[in-house]
Amino acid sequence: MNKAVQSVVNPSDFDVLAIRSDFPILDQQIHGKPLVYLDNAASSQKPVQVQQAMQDYYSHDHANVHRGVHSLSQRATDSFEAARGKVRAFLNAASEKEIIFVRSATEGLNLIAASYGRMVLKPADEVLITVLEHHSNIVPWQLICEQTGATLKSVDVNDAGELDMQQYKMMLTENTKIAAFNHVSNALGTINPVKEMVKLAHDAGVTTVIDGSQAAPHLAIDVQAIDCDFYVITGHKMFGPTGIGVVYGKQALLEAMPPYQGGGEMIKLVSLEKSTYAELPAKFEAGTPDIAGAIGLAAAIDYMNEIGIENIARHEHELLDYATARASEIKKLKIIGTAKNKASVLSFVIEGIHPHDLGTILDNEGVAVRTGHHCAQPLMKRFNVPATARASFAMYNTIEEVDALIAGIKKAIEMFE
Amino acid sequence: MSDLRELYQEVIFDHNRNPRNYGVLENANRKAEGFNPLCGDQLTVYMLVNDQGIIEKVTFEGQGCAISTASASIMTEELIGKTVQQAQEIFDNFHTVVTGGDCDVEIGKLQVLTGVKDYPTRVKCATLPWHTTNAAINQQDEPVTTE
Ligand SMILES: Cc1ncc(COP(=O)(O)O)c(C=O)c1O
Repeated sequence: MNKAVQSVVNPSDFDVLAIRSDFPILDQQIHGKPLVYLDNAASSQKPVQVQQAMQDYYSHDHANVHRGVHSLSQRATDSFEAARGKVRAFLNAASEKEIIFVRSATEGLNLIAASYGRMVLKPADEVLITVLEHHSNIVPWQLICEQTGATLKSVDVNDAGELDMQQYKMMLTENTKIAAFNHVSNALGTINPVKEMVKLAHDAGVTTVIDGSQAAPHLAIDVQAIDCDFYVITGHKMFGPTGIGVVYGKQALLEAMPPYQGGGEMIKLVSLEKSTYAELPAKFEAGTPDIAGAIGLAAAIDYMNEIGIENIARHEHELLDYATARASEIKKLKIIGTAKNKASVLSFVIEGIHPHDLGTILDNEGVAVRTGHHCAQPLMKRFNVPATARASFAMYNTIEEVDALIAGIKKAIEMFE
Repeated sequence: MSDLRELYQEVIFDHNRNPRNYGVLENANRKAEGFNPLCGDQLTVYMLVNDQGIIEKVTFEGQGCAISTASASIMTEELIGKTVQQAQEIFDNFHTVVTGGDCDVEIGKLQVLTGVKDYPTRVKCATLPWHTTNAAINQQDEPVTTE
């Protein structure tokens, strides 16, 4: 335990206080106590650099993209496309044509299900997901399976919250067309062996969709090394703004897929009888995009790169290890999700205290955690709990904040005794 | 901490630990399920209503936070012996008070739950049992939700 404290207090190249000063929202009191923000898996806070980039854009460069010949439109287009370049590099995609801006991970997964899913799925086909999925990687597949007559199947986890890889292998049958799974579980923090999962899927001729919403703020992502066919991220969980997300798709697949939405930007020629579609990525970006959102996301990527994703991961790991050790000292507390390979999430239940009550009591102590089913009801059912409390850590959290969480939990237990 | 004690009064803890009228009511003639998708709370209300419209028995069963469990428990105590008409009135008054309306309305024992009015996210916990009872009285087939 002391080791964790030391390494965070004496960082070689990581200054958590300097990072905190970039996040003014953290510097406030809630119910008279310093805010301890531990709901990062739901949405992270935004550094001033992100806010400034968006503000600058609106103050100096805003116009619609890809349309005008005038200077502002050119500047807006340049900034928007530069943001695409940043995202490409962040994911290490081969081409900017493979980077599609959407509204969120949810919209991204719906795009893939509605366009790719509808294109390939036939009755008797199967889509394979896992019990770890967020509802946004379940429901779009249910919808498309209903529409195409395909069947949705799901891989289970063990009691630690790790995917049953044996079962996964067996469930990749000749009927399976698509396997969709998250990189990191939002409810438990489990890091899935995505590279291996993609390899197994491809060996079985199955297309892979990865929901990287929770991976992007914590891990270096390399879609070429993972070799996945699709990868989705959402801006607001990675220190960027709300309203922006990204679909990465392999170019050949995106070329073959029909558009998701119709409208402006995504067409080449329109007559009243028939239209021809624009080249990638515009084909999937109907209508005026969230230009400022893309610029904000690019600024968030710059910010993370400057600190270094390895440094972020190391710091968060120390927080998680420390929090896990402290939480394990509390007799009535049970951690849900104890995978060997975990990122930044401490999900737990306390005997005799409903998570919702705990959430209110912690809030009174200034500590913000998430309580509920975390949009993962099948997973809650798997662990036989109605809900959990979840503390999730980001680069700006500190050991002292973990202490505040633990103190709050102890207070709640006392109150309920 | 003081305002938190307004919400979590001793009576609430007592009902949470030892909920009254808890369990399945075998001879119930009304029943409804309630669900709060926000927190996963789930409860079932069972009622035995006689020909005169008097609630002879009410029980509940389910999983919920201390507020919803206590609210359900206190509700069952309040409703036994009342007519369905009176039940409706009590709920209306209770709803008015906890949603920050006129706080001079007389709500008797339900007063201990009024702390929720300062916690907008928790109001639904207190009202879920009542919405569910309403559905049972009206014999709705669909489970009710707080959303
Ligand atoms: C794993 C995972 N997938 C998808 C989503 C959906 O993200 P968004 O609401 O930004 O579309 C979330 C967010 O809660 C998530 O945690």
